[in-house]
Amino acid sequence: MRISSINELENFRESIKKRNGRFKKTISICGKTGCCGGDYESRKSVLENELRKNNLEDEVRLIFSGCQGFCEQGPIMVIKPEGITYCKVEAESIPEIIFETLIKGNIIDSLLYKDPVTGNKFIYEKDIPFYKAQNRIISGQNGLLDPTKIEDYIAIGGYSALSKVLMGISSDWIIDQLRISGLRGRGGGGFPTWRKWDSCRKAENNTKYIICNCDEGDPGAYMDRSLLEGNPHLILEGMIIGAYAIGSHTGYIYVRHEYPLAWENAGIAIEQAREIGILGENILGSGFSFDIEIARGGGAFICGESTALIASLEGRAGEPRDKQHLHTVESGLWDKPTVLNNVETWANVPFIINNGAEWYSSIGTKNSKGTKIFSLVGKVKNTGLVEVPMGTTLREIIYEIGGGTPEGSEFKAVQTGGPSGGCIPKKLIDLPVDFDELTKAGAMMGSGGMIVMDETTCMVDLALYFVKFLKEESCGKCLPCREGLKRMDEILTDIVQGGANGGSIELLEELATVMKDASLCGLGKTAPNSVLSTLEYFRDEYIAHVVEKRCPAGVCIDLIRYSIDPEACTGCGACLRNCPYDAIEGERRKTHKILTDMCQKCGTCIEVCKFDAVKII
Amino acid sequence: MELGIVDSIIEQHGKKTWALISILQDIQKYDGYLSADVLRRVSEKMDIPLTRLYGVATFYKSLNLTPQGRHNITVCAGTACHVRKSDNIIKEITNLLKIKPGETTEDREFTLNVVNCLGACAIGPIVVLDGKYHGKMTASKTKDLLNKFRSQL
Repeated sequence: MRISSINELENFRESIKKRNGRFKKTISICGKTGCCGGDYESRKSVLENELRKNNLEDEVRLIFSGCQGFCEQGPIMVIKPEGITYCKVEAESIPEIIFETLIKGNIIDSLLYKDPVTGNKFIYEKDIPFYKAQNRIISGQNGLLDPTKIEDYIAIGGYSALSKVLMGISSDWIIDQLRISGLRGRGGGGFPTWRKWDSCRKAENNTKYIICNCDEGDPGAYMDRSLLEGNPHLILEGMIIGAYAIGSHTGYIYVRHEYPLAWENAGIAIEQAREIGILGENILGSGFSFDIEIARGGGAFICGESTALIASLEGRAGEPRDKQHLHTVESGLWDKPTVLNNVETWANVPFIINNGAEWYSSIGTKNSKGTKIFSLVGKVKNTGLVEVPMGTTLREIIYEIGGGTPEGSEFKAVQTGGPSGGCIPKKLIDLPVDFDELTKAGAMMGSGGMIVMDETTCMVDLALYFVKFLKEESCGKCLPCREGLKRMDEILTDIVQGGANGGSIELLEELATVMKDASLCGLGKTAPNSVLSTLEYFRDEYIAHVVEKRCPAGVCIDLIRYSIDPEACTGCGACLRNCPYDAIEGERRKTHKILTDMCQKCGTCIEVCKFDAVKII
Repeated sequence: MELGIVDSIIEQHGKKTWALISILQDIQKYDGYLSADVLRRVSEKMDIPLTRLYGVATFYKSLNLTPQGRHNITVCAGTACHVRKSDNIIKEITNLLKIKPGETTEDREFTLNVVNCLGACAIGPIVVLDGKYHGKMTASKTKDLLNKFRSQL
């Protein structure tokens, strides 16, 4: 079926809504998404079978959704209209859910979310603390639709922003709305989106390109994956509006190859949009034509940088170029004017067009508007994707939404912004999170990864981790980044191995400053951030490594020793049986002993000991 | 591999340069790596100088120029997995199979890859064995997983 006018789209929307309205209930459950995809097929077949067996097929609508955000408790099932929420739903609990909840109307206590702090149980989605403190404008749509069905997206008002634009609104108006909204790029830099669009629109050329950057390479961040995977039509709608505003007819979505479901779902969405006339020639009969292709990334962190991504699309190695003198909005892909925005940025556009720039700019802080999706991971109870208004404090995110650090551990720092970001210490826990505040604190927004750390994370080891990561990923084009990271790796490795001398910390600082000033692209310039921010807030840990040859967190293996506490050891033999290096001896029911010479400090004994008897000293 | 397959994959993608990485990845699915003959053919068909193509094939991590094992073990070493001790898992696999990250066992049974982030951070550390995700892994769970897998080979 091809829709050839805006009216027809509205009629189509009404017919889908009418069809959906016939169902008495809706079950929305995490589908194939990365975290719980393994048993998707069995969940799906059991659900479908159970509904059929109980003659509920015409009464219950099934939605296999993308990521619903609360990944710690996934797969999540929400039964509407009540909003009853069940956690960790696997195939075996489905028959009971259908019988008890759907047929008899009872709540199954064991599947409810239990707050790890208070022990309280919650029945409804809206009451769960993890969701309650959020404002899920963008990510909330994921639970309402099956990403492989365009009808689901249209039913919740999808492509209505596009209709509004195609009804003859000028590109001036669109760009002005973006300006008033205050939307800034969600990929890391935080550049005002309207400026990019405006410059590109004004660039004189008949060929212009639109690019969606889904090369989400920041380790610890997955909001772009979740959006493109869970709501691809939202991204397409944002891109079509952008193309209309700047006068482009071709767009590309660049997706990491590590996200197969994201490119699969985006591909299905593009096909469906083409079929009904939302992509391709003469979109909705408006005379405007635009189409989108998907390009897969090859596994290079640097390709998240705009000029490197463009080089990659041109079929070359992903090396960035100098942006000071030649802007991509004037000369980008194949030297044509190009607007490149991140997935989350594109996702914001339809909301701004539909609800108005004033509405959007009423959310957030003075210079950072709207909401931001963070991936809250690491040493935190409720891991998952969290969407909050800009300006929400770290404390609210980590404690109110995240539930704090796991039992028995204490919050130490949070790392934001990926490898280019920095570590924020406990004393800044009340920091409001927006573009400027994070930069001021020595970190950055980045794409929104938030990795919580407790006292068992060594900050020197973490800095080394990021330096090693960036050393591997540095494209090698400019010297400060290429050589600087190598030397930083050497100095930091010396420090964690206990071989460093007095001047290492100062040398590290000097090197970091040079890299910041002299590297070619944004990635090189921000590469020393993890070192600089840990040096600023956790200098005493560096000193402990260098001077006292001690790792306070008990992580750096050359500076620690494993030992068995004779008081706690019951002689059960679990460690002895499991040690891969035969480094433990002892008789049954007698205290065991670690042979320091043989011990590789792999951690297996700590993991298997039920009595907490293996200590790190 | 049959060079005819190379030609048809290039045709499927319409010979587009922007799809070069996808083309190389799709070709690689057959043998697990890109041989010199394959690269020469792609260079010819797509009219890309071999030197540049070699540059591309060595730049991107997802492309291999050496034969891979029949089974692929991927360990995620993203930040969230790192702070939850993914290092211990890598060490355990190295100890068990005597291969370091990026290497293949002598019998070409296993290849061990370490990647920077799989985007499933909530369930880290993650081990992917032949495409199947195993979340919340530890060194000893990995040992059990591999031993069980090997006993079924």
